[in-house]
Amino acid sequence: MNKLRNLVDKIKPDFEKGGKFEKLHSVFDGFETFLFVPNTTSKRGTHIHDAVDSKRTMIMVVLALVPALLFGMYNVGYQHFMAIGQDAGFWATFWFGFLSVLPIVLVSYIVGLGIEFVVAQIKGHEIQEGFLVTGFLIPLIVPVDTPLWMIAVATAFAVIFAKEVFGGTGMNIFNVALITRAFLFFAYPSAMSGDKVWIRTQDTFGFGGGQVVDGFSGATPLGQIATSASPTIQITDMFGHQFSFMDAVTGFIPGSIGETSVIAIAIGAFLLLLTGVASWKTMLSVFAGGTLMALIFNHFGPDTAAANLPWYYHLVLGGFAFGAVFMATDPVTSSRTETGKWIYGFLIGVMAIVIRVLNPGYAEGMMLAILLMNIFAPLIDYYVVDANVKRRLKRAVNK
Amino acid sequence: MSKLFSAKTKEVFLGPLSKNNPIGVQVLGICSALAVTAKLEPAIVMGLSVTIIVAFSNVIISLLRNTIPNRIRIIVQLVVVAALVTVVSEFLKAFAYDVSVQLSVYIGLIITNCILMGRLEAFAMSNKPWESFVDGLGNGFGYAIVLIIVAFFRELLGSGSLYGIRVIPQAVYDAGYMNNGLMLMPPMALIIVACVIWVHRSKNKDLQEK
Repeated sequence: MNKLRNLVDKIKPDFEKGGKFEKLHSVFDGFETFLFVPNTTSKRGTHIHDAVDSKRTMIMVVLALVPALLFGMYNVGYQHFMAIGQDAGFWATFWFGFLSVLPIVLVSYIVGLGIEFVVAQIKGHEIQEGFLVTGFLIPLIVPVDTPLWMIAVATAFAVIFAKEVFGGTGMNIFNVALITRAFLFFAYPSAMSGDKVWIRTQDTFGFGGGQVVDGFSGATPLGQIATSASPTIQITDMFGHQFSFMDAVTGFIPGSIGETSVIAIAIGAFLLLLTGVASWKTMLSVFAGGTLMALIFNHFGPDTAAANLPWYYHLVLGGFAFGAVFMATDPVTSSRTETGKWIYGFLIGVMAIVIRVLNPGYAEGMMLAILLMNIFAPLIDYYVVDANVKRRLKRAVNK
Repeated sequence: MSKLFSAKTKEVFLGPLSKNNPIGVQVLGICSALAVTAKLEPAIVMGLSVTIIVAFSNVIISLLRNTIPNRIRIIVQLVVVAALVTVVSEFLKAFAYDVSVQLSVYIGLIITNCILMGRLEAFAMSNKPWESFVDGLGNGFGYAIVLIIVAFFRELLGSGSLYGIRVIPQAVYDAGYMNNGLMLMPPMALIIVACVIWVHRSKNKDLQEK
């Protein structure tokens, strides 16, 4: 570590004002603060200094996402080898998933960070760390068969139009990763929905090739429910075997790469709550809102498969758990007031189930629900603060 | 001729094309700019229709400007615009039926286009007919230019064609390229209009607010 510090110190003058790489100052600065805790402090006003800066916060979220990524890789391989009717063993299964998912992660990071670096150079500010998390989220919320160029286009669009034009990290109105997914969903619907994209049936870089077994169908459970003609619930794997509730919890079901396993997401949630990075109020209230709305549909809803789906299935299928833990709790786009977090999370849960049940065009409502509530988060905060001001005024006047 | 194109008339014509563009700077007429720009053909027809209507209604109002009672001037302006819109609409139905079907209600809605009322109120009511005519042409062309730029990108990226002719070769599609469906939806038109404004303002520093 000392050697690295010395090396960084040695090349530092080149990047200072007047040095030969002056233009690349922000790149250097980005790497230096990534490696070492910066020793610069704010000069004016009163500040509380804390070991947690935004880089450490972001890294905690990335760590919390690792279980979901690892499980997602394994599940990609698992679904693939099931589709071609082979039993490849644990490591080959994981290796296949690793090979399939890694390019998506790389594309997401290279494109997103590339834009961040360029913008930082143009504007002459430091490289902001927000994309560390966004770049990790994007691969987890897309189907494994999404073409890489689409991910590149969507990432570029989201980083420029959802983040940089608003002023960069911390200023965005919408969750950048979800904008990426929304762009993909509306621009290339055939690559983002249906029953062909969730399971990779071809080989990856020549590895794991094989013939798809007869009678194969790659629809996700929620996709099956949305297109189901009868009101009875029929969610099956690719060969027509019924999925149990435990399958949905462990995550051996088709879906976007990182969203399937509730257990892996729960490990991440535990880490986020333990370190205080995410708000337990938002998380809990998303689940509460989803449960309540699903119960209402169970008892009073129309007689369709989506409305009849028991509430505990709604919470474990699709992106509900993933969205609740990693998307709704995004500190930038969610409500900041404590009361606001309850309202914000609750409405996300409610809206997600409403979209799932009432609009068969959107099998999954979590993305749209969170984006919709992103818009309302500042309004919720405004009224929460306003109510507090009124309450205190009343108290002061009554005395 | 020198009287026809005096410095002021020239300014009246050229201003709306760039520094005073109705869409880019005044942000008027956005609704139709979002609605009709999915393809180049309707965008061009729309741009021409608006140009003709705004130019001639400017002339008519300018001729009448001293006889219109101030309290009912909006009604008089609307009658003139409505008459011209009806003429254009019937003309399109007769000679360019396909386009008029594509444009559907938006030709009729030119009546409510903010550019028209804006020009009539702000210019034709206080200027001579010839200058009003030039002003109408300038604003119409300014509007049409932005429409065509937006429609160019939307049709190219959304349908892979230009003016109905396929320009992206089949080989590119075979390689895995897909048309961007979002380009055909109005939200993307809004973002492209925003990009046009962005480029325009970064080129013209005097348009930027402090």
